[in-house]
Amino acid sequence: MDAWRRVMSSLDKAAGSRLFKAGVFIACAVPIVGLSYRFWQAYSGAAPDALGVDPTKTLLHETGHTAITILLFSMTVTPVRRIFHVNRVQNVRRMLGVWSFVYVAIHLSLYLVFDQLCYSMATCDGRAIWNDLLKRPYIFMGQAAFVILLALAITSTNGWQRRLKRNWGRLHKLVYVAAVAGIIHFIWIQKSGFHKPFPWMVWLAILLAVRIWFAIRKRLPPTAPRLSRRSA
Amino acid sequence: MILKSRTSADEPYSEVTPEPIYRSRRDFMKAAAAGAAGAFVAGLPLEACASQAPSVTALPAAKKGAFQVDPAVDPLNTFEQITGHNNYYEFGMQKTDPARYAGRLTVKPWTVKVDGLVDKPGNYGVEDLVDFKSLEERVYRLRCVEAWSMVIPWIGVPLSSVLAKVKPQSKAQFVEFTTLERPSEMNGLGQSSLDWPYVEGLRMDEAMHPLAFMVVGLYGKTLPNQNGAPLRVHAPWKYGFKAGKSIVRIRFTDTMPATSWAVANPREYGFYANVNPTVDHPRWSQAREKRLPSFFANRPTLMFNGYGDQVASLYTGMDLRKFF
Repeated sequence: MDAWRRVMSSLDKAAGSRLFKAGVFIACAVPIVGLSYRFWQAYSGAAPDALGVDPTKTLLHETGHTAITILLFSMTVTPVRRIFHVNRVQNVRRMLGVWSFVYVAIHLSLYLVFDQLCYSMATCDGRAIWNDLLKRPYIFMGQAAFVILLALAITSTNGWQRRLKRNWGRLHKLVYVAAVAGIIHFIWIQKSGFHKPFPWMVWLAILLAVRIWFAIRKRLPPTAPRLSRRSA
Repeated sequence: MILKSRTSADEPYSEVTPEPIYRSRRDFMKAAAAGAAGAFVAGLPLEACASQAPSVTALPAAKKGAFQVDPAVDPLNTFEQITGHNNYYEFGMQKTDPARYAGRLTVKPWTVKVDGLVDKPGNYGVEDLVDFKSLEERVYRLRCVEAWSMVIPWIGVPLSSVLAKVKPQSKAQFVEFTTLERPSEMNGLGQSSLDWPYVEGLRMDEAMHPLAFMVVGLYGKTLPNQNGAPLRVHAPWKYGFKAGKSIVRIRFTDTMPATSWAVANPREYGFYANVNPTVDHPRWSQAREKRLPSFFANRPTLMFNGYGDQVASLYTGMDLRKFF
C-alpha cells in the first residue's frame, strides 16, 4: 500500500516536471515533422517513393491515425488522474487536445488540396465538396468532428475557461462526441470489416465505460468501495 | 461525352515500351541488389524495404498487341509501382501486403478446373489454356473502384482464345472465375474481409470481347504473384475488382454468378462494375481519378475507362445506373 503510494507520488512528480511536458510536445510533433520531410522528398522528386505509390492516401491515413490517437490520449488524462491520483498529468491535457486539432486540420486540408483540388479558386471543386458533405456520411462525420474540435481548440485558453465558468466543462464534454464521430468516420471509410479501427474503438469504449463508472460512483453513498482503494 | 478511344495501333513499338521497361528493370535490379540497407539510406519508408523482389522468369517473346495507349497521355507505371500497390486481400488488406507476403505462393504446378456448360470440361494446366507461342503485350489503363488508376503493360492472350479451347456451350451466358484459396500460403484469409474463395465473372459477350485479356505476364516477364500469378483476367473497361487473380476454376453458367464484392455489399458493388464517371460509389465520387503516383485526383474519369468505342455497344439499351 505504501509502496504503491510512493510509486504514484513519484509518477505525479514526474508528470509535473518540465521534462515531461517537453517530451509530450516532442512526441506529438514527431509524426508531422517526419511526414513533412517525406512529403518534401516525394513532392520534389528527391525520393519519389517516400510516401509510397499513393502518397495522398499515405498522408491522409497517417494524419488521421495520429489525430485520433492524440485525441484519445487527451481523453485518457482525466481518468488516469482520478484513478491513480497523479494530479499533475493534467498539465498536458490541453496540449494534447490542441495537437489533435492540428492533425485534424492538416488531414482536412490534405483532402481539400489533393482530392478536391483547392490549391486555387479556379480548380477548387466547391460543388463536389458540398455533395461529399451531404451525400457521404463518413465525410459528414469527419466534418462534425472537425467543427467540434475547432470550437474546443478556440475555447481552450485560460481566458475562455474563465469567461465560460462552469459551462467550459460542459462544452468540453463534447470531446466525446468528436471522438465518437471521428471513430465512425474511420469505420465508415473501410472497404470491408473494421479490424483496422478496432484498437481505437476498444480504447474509446474503455474511456466511455470509465466515465459511466465515475457517474455511477458519484451517486453511490460515500461508504461504497472506491475504485482507487480497490486497485491497490 | 468523351468516348474517344486512345488506342493508336500504328504507334511504333519502340516508342511505346522498351525505354521505360529497361529503365525500370535497371532501377529494380539496382534496388534489389542494394537491398534494405540501400533503400533505408535513400530515405524510403520501411514498408518499401520489407517487400522482396518478386520472383519472375522469362516469357517467350510477345508481339505488340492491338491495344496500346498514347504514352504522352498515359505514361506507363513502373514495375515497382505495379507490383508494390495491390489489392489482393488473400495476402492482407494493406496495399503493400501482397508485395510483402505473396512471395510464398507456389504457382507451379497449377491446375484450372473447367466445368459447367462446356463441351470440354476437365482439369487443365496453364499451358493447355494459354498459347504461349502467341503472347501479346497490351498496354491497358487499370481503374480501381477506389478512384485511383495505373497504366500497365500486360502480357497475355485474348480471353476469348482461352475460352474457345474448352468449347463453351451456346446455353452458357456467363463465365465465373474462382480464384485461389490456400490458407497455408495466404495469410489474409483469416481476416474476415470477404467470403473466400474470391469469385468474379463476366457475361459471355463481355468475356469474348477482344479487349478482355487473360494475363500471364508483366513487363516482359511472368506475372509476379502479387499481381495474380500464374493467370488473371483484365477487362480494362471495368473496375479492377472484376479481374480475378490466380484463377483456379472457370465455370460456364446460364445464371449470373454471385460475385464476391456484390455479395459482400450489394448496395455498393454491382455485377457489371463498368467504369462510369456518372455513377458514384455510394461513399465516394467516381467523377475524377488519381493517376498514381500523382498526389492529385485531377483526371476526369473516362466513360468505360476510355474504351467506350469498343465496348459501349455491349450495353445498348441497358440502364447503367441500375446495372452498375
